[in-house]
Amino acid sequence: MCGIAGFISHKYSKENGSRIKRAMVLQNERGNGLGAGYGAYGIFPVYKDFYAFQVMADSNWAIDEVTLYLKEHFWVAHKEEISIWDKVIQDHPQFMRYFLQPKLSSEDLNPDDFVIEKVMHINTAIDGAFVLSSGKNMGVFKGVGTPRDIYEFFRLDEYQGYCWIGHNRFPTNTPGWWGGAHPFNLLNWSIVHNGEISSYGINRRYLESNHYLCTLQTDTEVAAYLLDLLVRRHGLSIYDAITVLAPPYWSTIERETNLEARNRIIALKVTYESAMLNGPFAILAGFDKGIFSITDNTKLRPMVVGNADGYTYFASEVSALYEMEENLAGVTTPRAGQPVIVYYHGEG
Amino acid sequence: MTVSVSKPGARATFRPLFDLNLCDGCGQCAIECTFNEIKMVPQGDKKIPVANLLACGACHRCEVMCPRNAIRIEENPLATRTHGIWTPHHIQRVHLQAASGSVALTGFGAETDLPVLWDKMLFNACQVTNPSIDPQREPMETITYLGRKPEKLSDVEDFSALVKNLIPLQIPIVFAPMSYGSINLNLQKAIARVAKKLGLLWYTGEGGLHKDLYPYADCAILQVASGRFGVSPEYLKLGRGYQIKIGQGAKPGIGGHLPGEKVLEGISETRMIPLYSDAISPAPQHDIYSIEDLRLLIYAIKEANDYKPVCVKIAAVHNVAAIASGIVRAGADMVYIDGYRGGTGAAPNIIRDHVGIPIEIALAVVDQRLREERIRNQASLIVAGGFRNSADVMKAIALGADAVAIGTPVLIACGCHGCQRCSSGKCPWGLTTNEPSISERLDVDWAEERITNLITGWHHEMQEIMGLNGIYDIGSFRGNRLILRGIDLNEKELSILGIKYAGE
Repeated sequence: MCGIAGFISHKYSKENGSRIKRAMVLQNERGNGLGAGYGAYGIFPVYKDFYAFQVMADSNWAIDEVTLYLKEHFWVAHKEEISIWDKVIQDHPQFMRYFLQPKLSSEDLNPDDFVIEKVMHINTAIDGAFVLSSGKNMGVFKGVGTPRDIYEFFRLDEYQGYCWIGHNRFPTNTPGWWGGAHPFNLLNWSIVHNGEISSYGINRRYLESNHYLCTLQTDTEVAAYLLDLLVRRHGLSIYDAITVLAPPYWSTIERETNLEARNRIIALKVTYESAMLNGPFAILAGFDKGIFSITDNTKLRPMVVGNADGYTYFASEVSALYEMEENLAGVTTPRAGQPVIVYYHGEG
Repeated sequence: MTVSVSKPGARATFRPLFDLNLCDGCGQCAIECTFNEIKMVPQGDKKIPVANLLACGACHRCEVMCPRNAIRIEENPLATRTHGIWTPHHIQRVHLQAASGSVALTGFGAETDLPVLWDKMLFNACQVTNPSIDPQREPMETITYLGRKPEKLSDVEDFSALVKNLIPLQIPIVFAPMSYGSINLNLQKAIARVAKKLGLLWYTGEGGLHKDLYPYADCAILQVASGRFGVSPEYLKLGRGYQIKIGQGAKPGIGGHLPGEKVLEGISETRMIPLYSDAISPAPQHDIYSIEDLRLLIYAIKEANDYKPVCVKIAAVHNVAAIASGIVRAGADMVYIDGYRGGTGAAPNIIRDHVGIPIEIALAVVDQRLREERIRNQASLIVAGGFRNSADVMKAIALGADAVAIGTPVLIACGCHGCQRCSSGKCPWGLTTNEPSISERLDVDWAEERITNLITGWHHEMQEIMGLNGIYDIGSFRGNRLILRGIDLNEKELSILGIKYAGE
């Protein structure tokens, strides 16, 4: 069991994290204090064209290694410690933030692939260091603690964002550690996830043959990497990518009478069989153009959606929607497997 | 083979015991024994059965058919002095070959007691954190598409052309190639009917396609093997796909031979060879001496039939991963791998039991190799060789197989008890014989029902195994090696299989 909340301002109106905190604190019982986290978009306007690396490390040595490595491969526009309030959680790793431009050589295909490769290197080759997030104008803040602890620890009152997502965790299959909390991030993708990905074994093998390394000891990271592979590398639309992750049943496809549509969905499903997610899940994902939610085909995990003027809200529980906005225009419960995609104004 | 009683090694390993209190002397057993090893002899006012203790192979036909349940097959004790090396098995083999001077033939699959790694792998199951799914209440889908798939959707120009050349299976089980000749038309027809009815595939083997089975060609993979039997322009248009046979698990690297006395009318016509002439399948295909030659044949067949999928069948041998990779790059849409324990109608004993590697290992290394080379999408993997039940099948799917081919379980479903005398032409169950008086024993409708039942039962079990792992679509089971844990396996075996040890 885990708790999820998130909201998006369709027109990029910014605010601090207090509303997402309230929704997460309300859903405190859905976690056990072993992991919570937040993702925020639009928080680094000054450096919005730079990759914002938020790095966690368990020693000075690891921080130094990461800094050296990043300086070798990037122009570092700015480097700062991520400000924390360590009275809340005394036993914590160190956090550093870097704003970067890749030093691309002629062989490098594109800056995003370059960044992914460097993130994978830090996560696997530098002992004790992990990249919490690597997107532009966004950041992920997460760790071992309750939603209130993590919010206060990272001083999220001080950030202004137009899309926020939050998560608290009841870890069962993997240890509760700072890197293992949600959201999971790669470039501008950040994923919060309630459930368990039973298809993890094959998703991971599929990603590994596409040069993504799964290092975070938990199943959710595959969703972030799959989205990057499908949307950015293979050029699928968000809707097609979601269809890959949570495709319709074969029995539904057989009832499709439009032959062209039917063949297309069969092609999508057989091409990306190894990317399909199975098991109970509700996923909320932020990306550069908006936010979306999906659930498994049996809807074994909850997801509710609320609308109000210029905003869309997502949460595990209806009460959390009202905690973010008292005057909701409507609350809907998406059917099993039915995605909800919200684009920023002008992006859809 | 003639062996006289006075010579050593002439005793059967099995014998029927007749309970004369129950026997009413009807003589059915003597009729059933196609090896003529049971004689009815007068005793008092009735006749009683007497078995020749030279040749019982434990086919159990007499026992099953006895209307009075008066027969029991048991081992015929051979009181050989205990010896760790020279077991009765080996002593008997030497005696038999000393008598015959020939290669000792056998049927069925390898009988050695090498470990079966399927038995050392266990499934995971959901508890608490992820709910299992009840296949009685929720959809539980096993549909599988065989054939070449694109790496990414944008590679597809024409969706209908892509789908047309994929083969959908309702259940990822196919019927292994058993040629008309090695089995009879009744059995092949029953298999073909089940394939069509359940949405599966059947493989013809190398004996061609009998005219009666043309209605089942759309769910058949027709074989092109080294003897080219039955390959005609028409044949190259009929099938759902084609299979080039390079090797067979029971006898990798050697050919086949259907003796002339078995080439009766239907077989002669279907194979397009003269009546009573030996049908010899050479060891290599005489136009394939390299991977380039294989590529030529693959594309020759594709050109002849509008690019229907082509499958290449090989035996699992030491270098199978590299060979499979080459086959995929040569243009095959399916790679069919037949493991060490694969069955046969006739193979030299010494080759059946000593050549090749088990399918578990071959599958694990091939799937991994194709993924590392990023060509796994280009061909489906069909594996065969000693699959005994639905758990074996699902373990293979979890290791990475697209589908599993079964042959021996089909024979067993239709009565076979594993006497291993398939090549004798006297199969008492009417399966691996074309002698009309015996093959008529197999009723097509009955065989169809038995095979249907077997597959339906396995399918239910496969759905249970998926559901208890919280997986509703077999695509998420396929290649998902985290579902498996090893027990009683060493580090090397675990690493080759790509699975963790129980408790990890």
